[in-house]
Amino acid sequence: MKSLAELAAIRDKMKDKVVLREGSSQIRVVVGMATCGIAAGARPVLSAFVEGINNAGLSANVTVTQTGCIGICQYEPVVEIYEADKEKVTYVKMTPEKAAEVIERHLKGGKVVEEYIIK
Amino acid sequence: MIRAHVLICGGTGCTSSGSKSIQAAFDDALAAQGLTEEVKIVQTGCFGLCALGPVVIVHPDGTFYSRVTPEDVKEIVSEHLLKGRVVDHLVYNDTGDKAEAAPEHASLNDTAFYKAQKRVALRNCGVINPENIDEYIAMDGYAALGKALTEMTPDQVIETVLASGLRGRGGAGFPTGKKWELARNLVKDADQKFVACNADEGDPGAFMDRSVLEGDPHALIEAMAIAAYAIGANKGFVYVRAEYPIAVSRLGIAIGQAREYGLLGKNIFGTGFDFDMEIRLGAGAFVCGEETALMTSIEGHRGEPRPRPPFPAVKGLFGKPTVLNNVETYANIPQIILKGAEWFSSMGTEKSKGTKVFALGGNIKNTGLVEVPMGTTLRQIVEEIGGGIPGGKKFKAAQTGGPSGGCIPAQHLDIPIDYDNLLSIGSMMGSGGLIVMDEDSCMVDIAKFFLEFTVDESCGKCTPCRVGTQRLLEMLNKITEGKATLEDLDKMEELCHYIKKNALCGLGQTAPNPVLSTLHFFRDEYVAHIVDKKCPAGVCKSLLTFSIDKEKCIGCGLCARNCPADAITKTDYIAPGKKLPAWEIDPAKCVKCGACISGCKFKAISKG
Repeated sequence: MKSLAELAAIRDKMKDKVVLREGSSQIRVVVGMATCGIAAGARPVLSAFVEGINNAGLSANVTVTQTGCIGICQYEPVVEIYEADKEKVTYVKMTPEKAAEVIERHLKGGKVVEEYIIK
Repeated sequence: MIRAHVLICGGTGCTSSGSKSIQAAFDDALAAQGLTEEVKIVQTGCFGLCALGPVVIVHPDGTFYSRVTPEDVKEIVSEHLLKGRVVDHLVYNDTGDKAEAAPEHASLNDTAFYKAQKRVALRNCGVINPENIDEYIAMDGYAALGKALTEMTPDQVIETVLASGLRGRGGAGFPTGKKWELARNLVKDADQKFVACNADEGDPGAFMDRSVLEGDPHALIEAMAIAAYAIGANKGFVYVRAEYPIAVSRLGIAIGQAREYGLLGKNIFGTGFDFDMEIRLGAGAFVCGEETALMTSIEGHRGEPRPRPPFPAVKGLFGKPTVLNNVETYANIPQIILKGAEWFSSMGTEKSKGTKVFALGGNIKNTGLVEVPMGTTLRQIVEEIGGGIPGGKKFKAAQTGGPSGGCIPAQHLDIPIDYDNLLSIGSMMGSGGLIVMDEDSCMVDIAKFFLEFTVDESCGKCTPCRVGTQRLLEMLNKITEGKATLEDLDKMEELCHYIKKNALCGLGQTAPNPVLSTLHFFRDEYVAHIVDKKCPAGVCKSLLTFSIDKEKCIGCGLCARNCPADAITKTDYIAPGKKLPAWEIDPAKCVKCGACISGCKFKAISKG
């Protein structure tokens, strides 16, 4: 190790990989992954969120987890977004493409994507 | 892309309860569900809750699974990792049992065991993979070394450690900054200095240092490099007991990785500072935890202490000025350098700053490792964090400081634990072993247990310790056999004080402490053994008699079948309402093993 910059580079590269364990995220993205969700295509949606959030550099603030059946099976894949002090937002009939838009406009831009939420 | 981490404890406790096979089961189950690309398995150090091992934690939710078996793994993978449903019945609950209903706290950090803890020395234990230097660096690892080398002078490093109020965690509580200052300044023209680490953790029931070495070995390497910079040394030794194979292997891996990254070796961070270190294995002698004996052992000689002065800061390893600190002390250093002295000294009591790690053992629900701010009361540790005493038994005393320490009885449960308070009640902090005893423990027997240990471990160099502890043990034996007189008690006390004053090293000087402190707080128990020839707790076998209550005995004869000594025979007496004749115990044949009592469903057998 010849310089502090080298150390900082390793830290920054690794930070995203361990941040998952700190549980300090302000935003939680919860994907419904019961049988109904999986059958409707929740897995690609989950992957799209995990990858998209990572690529957008948001992983320090956003965690992605799954949950069981929420009870609105006809709307699956369902994705809920929890943010401290804000009302829960429920997106329905999600696809990987819609996920990318939610990451861009909601998680990054801070604006709820009205057209995809449950009516 | 990884979306979840499964942390599996790889500490000694969980390894022996089977965490290796859990890891293999996870690999298989994840592959079967096609999740290997999404879920990462991480082997970590100790989480602390060894009683509930093997421990598995699933992030990002932080769900805390306990006593996981390979059979449970499939369910965790298919339910939790695939479908996102927490497997409730495998989650830890506050009573330490597997929950029937959905538990209140699925997450580790919400449990009573963790809530009251403050993790500084153990901050990375159970969080990172100790065999991966990158994960340590991600947790700001080696940043403190970088800061010290590039932004601080050695004197500033020492000043920071002094101002933090950190005291030696090995037991005696000498101010760490002071130690470093002496090693830096006392011998001005030394051609060579050393830093050393005492990882020869020998107190029965203590495993704080082991867990740091197993869970966060890089913290020790970083801290030793900082100490070396502060005092002007370029070589370090870690003295670890060979009985810690996992710790030794992980420390070895860590040293290799640090060398590869140039964090050990020449010209670290391009500052011109050189430092490297070696591991030396101890062969298991308790006395080698004493600093002068430890250094003699590193030099390759028989581990025996020598008189001080000269202190190690003047003449230590190979006759050169040396700083020797304990593992836990070192583990605090990087944090102090990074976050500052004020941050550290804001925790704790007036004279004892920071936190202390305790190894909780004995009659307590949550056996394991806890780290709390200094000044936490014993009651909080035992009742809140430790979950209290199993079986609804009453708390009798806690033993701290191992064979050098003493007992804290129930009337001192609310004493804030720090160095000075423990000394004032005749115990000591020690390295942090904390053994909880319930009402069924005999205090004379406890004193005897620790004394047997010191008699075994006395190196034999000085007479007060070699002969004195042996005589002391004989007196204790006499008491537990009911052959002692009250005069013996006074003699014993006198001998204790004599050994304390005259022994050469810390081992002998503190060896009588368990006797003195039990004598002080539980003199009535000693008197009961001597005068009444009774052991109130029913532990000392020579003073026990087992008897069968013939009115309660239904005559099933199970006790007689369980008796290994054929001491139980049938009588002619049939109690009113019973159909078979009662049995009786022949005290001459009875070996007092207690097999009859534990087998009797009718509570007809008693001891006293």
